[in-house]
Amino acid sequence: MSNLAVKIAGVTFKNPVITASGTYGFGREYECLYPLSALGGVSLKGMTPAPRMGNPPPRVAETPSGMLNSVGLQNPGVEAFLDNELPYLKDKGTVLIANVAGSTIDEYRSICERLDNSGVHMIELNISCPNVKQGGASFGTSCENAASVVRAVRPMVKHVPLMVKLTPNVTDITAIAQAVEAEGADAVSLINTLLGMRIDIKTRRPILKNNVGGLSGPAIFPVAVRMVWQVASKVKIPVVGMGGITTWQDAVEMMMAGASAIQIGAALFTDPYAPIKIVEGLTKYLDDNGIADINSIVGQVQPW
Amino acid sequence: MNYRQGVFTLAKCEQLAETTYSFVITCHEIASLAKAGQFAHLRVPGFSLRRPISICEVLPQEGAIRVVFDIRGEGTKALATLKSGDSIDIMAPLGNGFSLLEPDKKAIVIGGGIGVPPLLEIAKHYGENSRAVLGFRSKTAVILQNDFASAGCGVHLCTDDGSMGRKGFVTAILKEQLDAEKPDILYACGPRPMLKAVAALAKEYGVRCQLSLEERMACGVGACLGCACKTRKDGKETYSHVCKNGPVFEAEEVVFDE
Repeated sequence: MSNLAVKIAGVTFKNPVITASGTYGFGREYECLYPLSALGGVSLKGMTPAPRMGNPPPRVAETPSGMLNSVGLQNPGVEAFLDNELPYLKDKGTVLIANVAGSTIDEYRSICERLDNSGVHMIELNISCPNVKQGGASFGTSCENAASVVRAVRPMVKHVPLMVKLTPNVTDITAIAQAVEAEGADAVSLINTLLGMRIDIKTRRPILKNNVGGLSGPAIFPVAVRMVWQVASKVKIPVVGMGGITTWQDAVEMMMAGASAIQIGAALFTDPYAPIKIVEGLTKYLDDNGIADINSIVGQVQPW
Repeated sequence: MNYRQGVFTLAKCEQLAETTYSFVITCHEIASLAKAGQFAHLRVPGFSLRRPISICEVLPQEGAIRVVFDIRGEGTKALATLKSGDSIDIMAPLGNGFSLLEPDKKAIVIGGGIGVPPLLEIAKHYGENSRAVLGFRSKTAVILQNDFASAGCGVHLCTDDGSMGRKGFVTAILKEQLDAEKPDILYACGPRPMLKAVAALAKEYGVRCQLSLEERMACGVGACLGCACKTRKDGKETYSHVCKNGPVFEAEEVVFDE
């Protein structure tokens, strides 16, 4: 049996398949199909210090090979998470990644401090949400802002690794990745959604009430592979790759581009078993090709 | 939450009206779990998002569910090409269904267009103690009126253009029915303006009312928070989700503000 386990910044995942933040709630919604322990990890719904209502509907729109969303970080707030969700999740046998966001640097600091020693296994700093007016991606689109938020939260995160989730809506994602690495990020995850828009030609109104939203799904996969490849060649910290991964072949491709682990998002909405099928596919791929360890394919693309 | 996902066989496909289709899907386990007002999330090959379609009938004898849908766009157009014997990937039953009182209570169901199908199970439950007020665009869109009648339900039909039944909207008939005999509960599904008018009448007459809502949806299980709808609980407004908290809500919870 080949090894599927991967280690990201000291945390061991039994397999490299993680469900992406915002697509898997707090882990309860797919549990009647398969146990959370089948997954390498779960990146939980993005949390803020106080509860957030999110954006008005419609919040989702289908696109060719993908979808737009403008949920706007609706969440019950970190205290409700700690009281109602974490106790339930603690012994599920999967890596728990708390995805956190804020409107100000102080909010990022306070939520990181609250979660650091709470029992979650990793913090994913969301500086890339395209759907909120304050904070979110505004922290992730310049090297200075990205560096300043990581610098501010770094002392608050002492017990678990700090991963920073990057937005693709920038001129050069490698510069942002290097900026957060320089401030002590333990890993980066990419890509968050690409900013997009659809218009109803009958009403002449955008389909999303927020007018614009984040594009995900297979449509963005090649962009994600390219960005993971570029970032992986510029940073020494592990890269977690995501963006449109739907099949085990996509997962292999993303890992060859340089991802040490992968996250699955929109694919769940087409097939809720997608992460399970990817784990099975990766197992078979390793066995069929006589590969003893999944880690040996990471970054192994041979560029022309 | 207890649902299943899988590929099942279409036992029967029928065209009910100009753009409306009915599927009977053989899925024993799902049929044993499903309740009135829940929905199925249908995968359409070639499309990223599933289509949420309300369950029209639960057929435990056949180990099947029946869904009825209208062609609204490219996805439902593709669905409509499926034939008996084809397979279909569904997740079901999803959401919370209608609250059904004892069958000797009196109920009125109010349906507008493609909002009519999820009400059929209610009519079957209350039988002769139910009345249905069903509204459609025109004669070419009328569906299921015989199914409601077979359930023992008193059917009152109207169309926007008067081509079948009474001319006008369901609310005029509903008001007459409420005046004639006040029921214990109302159930409605249809366009948002219709639901708003029904909710107002229910409040006026002091009758409990449940509404089944619709919203653009992605996951179908409450994981993505896409299908938000504004609701009020304890005087406080929030966004609930049609897939998990609904699709059925108490009328007084729903905030109609746009």
